[in-house]
Amino acid sequence: MSYDPAAESVSIARLKPSYGLFINGDFTVPSAHDAFVTLNPATEAPLANVAQGSGADVDRAVKAARKAYDTVWSKTTGAERSKYLFRIARLIQERSRELAVVETLDNGKPIRESRDVDIPLAAAHFFYYAGWADKLDYAGYGANPRPLGVAGQIIPWNFPLLMAAWKLAPALAAGNTCVLKPAETTPLSALVLAEIIQQAGLPDGVVNIVTGDGSTGAALVDHPDVNKIAFTGSTEVGRLIQQRVATTQKHLTLELGGKGANIVFEDAPVDEMIEGIIDGIFFNQGHVCCAGSRLLVQESVADEVLRRLIRRVDQLRVGDPLDKNTDVGAINSAAQLARIKELTEYGEVEGATRYTSTCVLPDKGYWFAPTVFADVAQSHRIAREEIFGPVLSVLTFRTPEEAVAKANNTNYGLACGVWSEKGSRTLWVAERLRAGVIWANTYNRFDPTSPFGGVRESGFGREGGRHGLEAYLNV
Amino acid sequence: MSKSRVDVRKTYKLLINGAFPRSESGRSYEVTSAKGAFLANVAQGSRKDVRDAVVAARGAQSKWWSQSAYNRGQVIYRLAEMAESRREELAEHVALCEGLSKKESRSSVSRSIDRVVWYAGWTDKVAQILGSSNPVAGPFFNFSVPVPSGVVGVIADQESSLEAFLDAVFAPICVGNTVVVIASEQRPTPAVLLGEMTATSDFPGGVLNIVTGITGEIAPTLAQHEDVDGLDLGGLDEAFETELAVSAAGSIKRVLRSGHDDPASLRRLRAFVETSTVWHTIGQ
Repeated sequence: MSYDPAAESVSIARLKPSYGLFINGDFTVPSAHDAFVTLNPATEAPLANVAQGSGADVDRAVKAARKAYDTVWSKTTGAERSKYLFRIARLIQERSRELAVVETLDNGKPIRESRDVDIPLAAAHFFYYAGWADKLDYAGYGANPRPLGVAGQIIPWNFPLLMAAWKLAPALAAGNTCVLKPAETTPLSALVLAEIIQQAGLPDGVVNIVTGDGSTGAALVDHPDVNKIAFTGSTEVGRLIQQRVATTQKHLTLELGGKGANIVFEDAPVDEMIEGIIDGIFFNQGHVCCAGSRLLVQESVADEVLRRLIRRVDQLRVGDPLDKNTDVGAINSAAQLARIKELTEYGEVEGATRYTSTCVLPDKGYWFAPTVFADVAQSHRIAREEIFGPVLSVLTFRTPEEAVAKANNTNYGLACGVWSEKGSRTLWVAERLRAGVIWANTYNRFDPTSPFGGVRESGFGREGGRHGLEAYLNV
Repeated sequence: MSKSRVDVRKTYKLLINGAFPRSESGRSYEVTSAKGAFLANVAQGSRKDVRDAVVAARGAQSKWWSQSAYNRGQVIYRLAEMAESRREELAEHVALCEGLSKKESRSSVSRSIDRVVWYAGWTDKVAQILGSSNPVAGPFFNFSVPVPSGVVGVIADQESSLEAFLDAVFAPICVGNTVVVIASEQRPTPAVLLGEMTATSDFPGGVLNIVTGITGEIAPTLAQHEDVDGLDLGGLDEAFETELAVSAAGSIKRVLRSGHDDPASLRRLRAFVETSTVWHTIGQ
């Protein structure tokens, strides 16, 4: 089936040729006058020049945050903080179409997802935590819980604005000031958020946004006047950060990788289950830490599920992320594409059976066709390592005990899915899964009221819900 | 041209099911400022108006509750936005009704709007404070969630024309109830203004219904009404409060009595929620 193109207009993004660092309420020139180019991964065309924040810039940002904390924000009542956050939520809603286009240009994700998921959820997150700012006494941490101080927050490239919202909203609600470091390949929506923060009239220095690469993040982690580090990203980097923070008094929360199991029992509702598996792994090109990247399917229905999955994968529309009909967009970077290619090549070498969508990929940009591996063994790299791409590994099981054992056979523990019409069994399985989030007959659902986060090497701390406040309170 | 323009005066009407009718009885009564000056001829709601308002509230309740908590929060927040832009008008009426200075009445309005924002934030948090999962001794997943009582009747405070009115009304609304409120008999205009603002704040018609009138005449109808699930009697003198509390027992209403210290305490939010508990088996 073919559709006429229905592309969103690039001009809606209102991109500027270059962006400075957002420090103390203003866009400022980086101290070393360094900049890098952020690309559109779908075309490899440059989008804008972005400042490379140095250690000195991070220091300026932390000083601004400290001053704002001491002189303004720690003296601002919860009710007043609340109203600032409501303003930010409203401004995100008002500028949602612009933000969606910016996000899709910079990240490569389909506009349908940035428009319907990333941006509305980011606004909802600010709305939710706005309501907590004047209710901290009721949050279950005792009377008058205190903030931590200055929070350093480092976010990934897969949901750039949403991750900024997940970090900033609870931190500000709890009374902290922030220095946010967006991902190197996706800084733009955070910089639009900086404009929004200006429009909201947030006091100078309460939020500072310092763009840059890993060295910028490292400078933030190591800064002696930061009270809290919150990091979302790979387990590998999370480990390094935990080591560096271990020699200090800093508080730490980590939201790291995953190798989520989507467990399908023979009585699962078939149509919903197929769509759920597809959504679980191909949503956002599989650049999702909680992706259902391992499908565990009961042997009695494995052939049928695989047949239907492969047919469905072939129907996924891969291409221009700005096209409203696109299902799967561009891989975010050349480096990520290389990683996906390396691991999928291992999949074939180690003996798994590969099915790849016959879709036609664009000539320019970073692309990877949706791929399913059958006959995967638990020892295979594609069953153990996080691919972070549109690649599904299919394994089978016979009994609920075996499903649980296989699902838990990983160092990660972020999310799992269970598909069955039998509620009692779903709950039996859920009790035994070692994962921070378990979806039953659905997958990849997010809501500001629902705590999200991992166990084991998927990290610690929760984002969302009443629980998400704990990460930013001295309790 | 004349120097002083003759201003256009407002007719103060009821709010029932999203519309602004006069009383079906055709009656009105005179309301004066705290200093005794003529303020308005306010609609004098009848027992029939109260019953109509209860029908409207019942009709709206399932719709209001079926909207997501996030959505209900946004609707209430929208009211704060509307009220903010009409704060001078509200302050003027609070000053006239309560005999306050300009400064005092403005503070009262500021506190009131901030309180609306406070309630906007509660809609999606109440379940996280009042709900629980319960570790029963058996293979069951057992959880309790707060659900609204249904239709709540409020006899508003007679003195505090805006602040107390707002707490009494929006605490039950924010947890998913719909409300029929009898406004302060002698100080009803700030409540009427607030009701007008809800009409431009995306509230479904019938979520908030306001009846102005002679409290002693119409409050018993609300208190005895079989289709009212909860009753806030905080705005009455002790003898009348007790009398209505006795009559409310006829349909086992949840009754909030006067005498709570903090108007914005959890007690008010808890007053008109029920706890619904679900047992679900766990097993292969």
